[in-house]
Amino acid sequence: MNLVIDIALTHVRFRVRQTLVAVAGVATGVGFSIVMAALMEGSQADFTRQLIDALPHITVTDERRQAPQQPAEAVYDAVEMHGLTPEERRRGIKNPMAIMASLEAWVPGAVAPATKTQALIRYASRDVAASVQGIDPHREPRVSMLASQMRRGSLASLYRANNAIILGTRLAEKIGARIGSNITVQTTDGATLNAQVVGLFRSGVRSVDESTGYVLVKTAQILAQQTGLVNEIRVRVADPMTAQSVAQRIERETGYKSVSWQEAHEDLLSAFVVRNIIMYTVVGAILLVASFGTYNIISTITHEKTRDIAIMKSLGLREASVRRIFVLEALLIGLIGALAGWLLGYALTRALGTIEIKNPMIDATRLPLVYSFLHYGVAAVVALGSSLIAGYFPARKASRVFPVDIIRGAT
Amino acid sequence: MRQAQVAGRPQSNSAAQPLIAASRVTRILPGVVPTTLVHDIDLTIGARQYVAITGPSGSGKSSLLYLLGLLDLPTVGEVRISGRATAHMNEAERAQIRLSTLGFIFQFHFLLPEFSALENVTLPMQALGELPAEAMRERGRSLLASLGLADHAAKRPDQLSGGQRQRVAVARALANDPPVILADEPTGSLDSKSSEQVFQILRDLVDQRGKTVIAVTHDLDMARRMDRRIVLQDGSIVSDEAKAS
Repeated sequence: MNLVIDIALTHVRFRVRQTLVAVAGVATGVGFSIVMAALMEGSQADFTRQLIDALPHITVTDERRQAPQQPAEAVYDAVEMHGLTPEERRRGIKNPMAIMASLEAWVPGAVAPATKTQALIRYASRDVAASVQGIDPHREPRVSMLASQMRRGSLASLYRANNAIILGTRLAEKIGARIGSNITVQTTDGATLNAQVVGLFRSGVRSVDESTGYVLVKTAQILAQQTGLVNEIRVRVADPMTAQSVAQRIERETGYKSVSWQEAHEDLLSAFVVRNIIMYTVVGAILLVASFGTYNIISTITHEKTRDIAIMKSLGLREASVRRIFVLEALLIGLIGALAGWLLGYALTRALGTIEIKNPMIDATRLPLVYSFLHYGVAAVVALGSSLIAGYFPARKASRVFPVDIIRGAT
Repeated sequence: MRQAQVAGRPQSNSAAQPLIAASRVTRILPGVVPTTLVHDIDLTIGARQYVAITGPSGSGKSSLLYLLGLLDLPTVGEVRISGRATAHMNEAERAQIRLSTLGFIFQFHFLLPEFSALENVTLPMQALGELPAEAMRERGRSLLASLGLADHAAKRPDQLSGGQRQRVAVARALANDPPVILADEPTGSLDSKSSEQVFQILRDLVDQRGKTVIAVTHDLDMARRMDRRIVLQDGSIVSDEAKAS
């Protein structure tokens, strides 16, 4: 084996230019695949974080996942019934405080009530349809990021005035309202309320920022014309990734529709699958192209070394040893290339991390990047694997050289 | 010269058993028009012989040498090395015999260009793997010194003259102390002085080290000075005579 290593190292060392070209090919493949993975996963993680932060992890509403069974359906074993009027139910979650107390006993996180209603917000002759949400300013910071999303005022500002309201920045811009502006909120049921703008928030999700207002729970109940109405329980769990299973258990125990952030953004999350397929295809293609470079170099070396291979075989070197020499050379190129690629990938990722993205809509921010050992490991393994395959075929061809044919040709 | 010995291989001292025996060996190159390289060769070569294979160009001299050295396989017939039949051996078994029992010297030195003279000499020893690294280097240096190349051990082939390269090739052929040295036109690319030097080295291998040297040569004068002269024509032996003592 020492002989094989000696010869392989000597070939690689004496063909500096060729070796460097091959190493550069592998390094570029590894480096760029690391950068791409860091960028793609970084943006995905950032986007997911925004999704998670935009809403409570779990929202329990007063809806049922399936329409309630009609009493007639329970009594009659009929194939089909016509003319049944759906059972009317009182809006809101029954015994919300009891349910919240029960959830607080086992949910690893926090729970808060909310009263949600649809309304028209009117200011200076401008009307905008919005979702007005009644919240508890003490509990809300434990279930959502609203407190940190405040741009003007705070959640406690809701206590400062009668019928105080916090608006999304875009919504406020739309109607031209500012802090202190008195706006009118009118529900579809005709309830009207004069409210004072006491704060502005920005979640970063456009649809939320241009159509949401927050008031106290009791204010929302006045708007909904139903005392004690709580039609939403917001839950934040310690580990956002467990939200789905916690939501399922809540739904099982309470009977109310319980939607996790994953379910709420199912369409977006499924888009990540497609995105990841694209990413891995591109990364695979980069490494594949790099392996062609290695194949080319090893082919060239074996071609140039045909006479030497014949001599080594005539001296008694076995086919397997000859094969090992060139496979080892390819692996050496792959290994050095992978190490250089790690450095290149790290340097490029750091460089990308310094780029500032200035968007008037958001605060100055940098590209979201993820540094993961997995990216480095996978890129190196794929590079070594492709180098191994790229080296094996020319090596196998080289090992099958028939010494006499070469010696005869040389003499 | 130092009599270096590597353990674990057949020695050539048996007088009864020829070192190399070819029986009815024919080699035909396949093709649209098959070419017969050698035809119906019967030959035995014993220990301590300095054998010349000679004949006109295209007579099959080198082809016969390659067959005797197991570099090529006969189409018909068989070559036995130290009594061992080789016809049904696989590539690895033949490689092992070449490594341990046969030493090759070619017309062009065929040294590996990236390696020093010493590394070229130790290469067959490393492939055989019977000696520790330091012992290999010691033996390599000793072989080079015995051929007058003590000061050139660290030089690469392109830093040596033609005669020096061929002497390194001789040292390499002797690396594993094989009983048989096969030389294909060993002096063909050398000037007369270097040719004589290499001839004498091969002579000493037979006389002082007890080796058998089988050399293909065009040089009739050189062939006449060898112990035995086999003349080929059109792939067949036309004459096989020992030197008159």
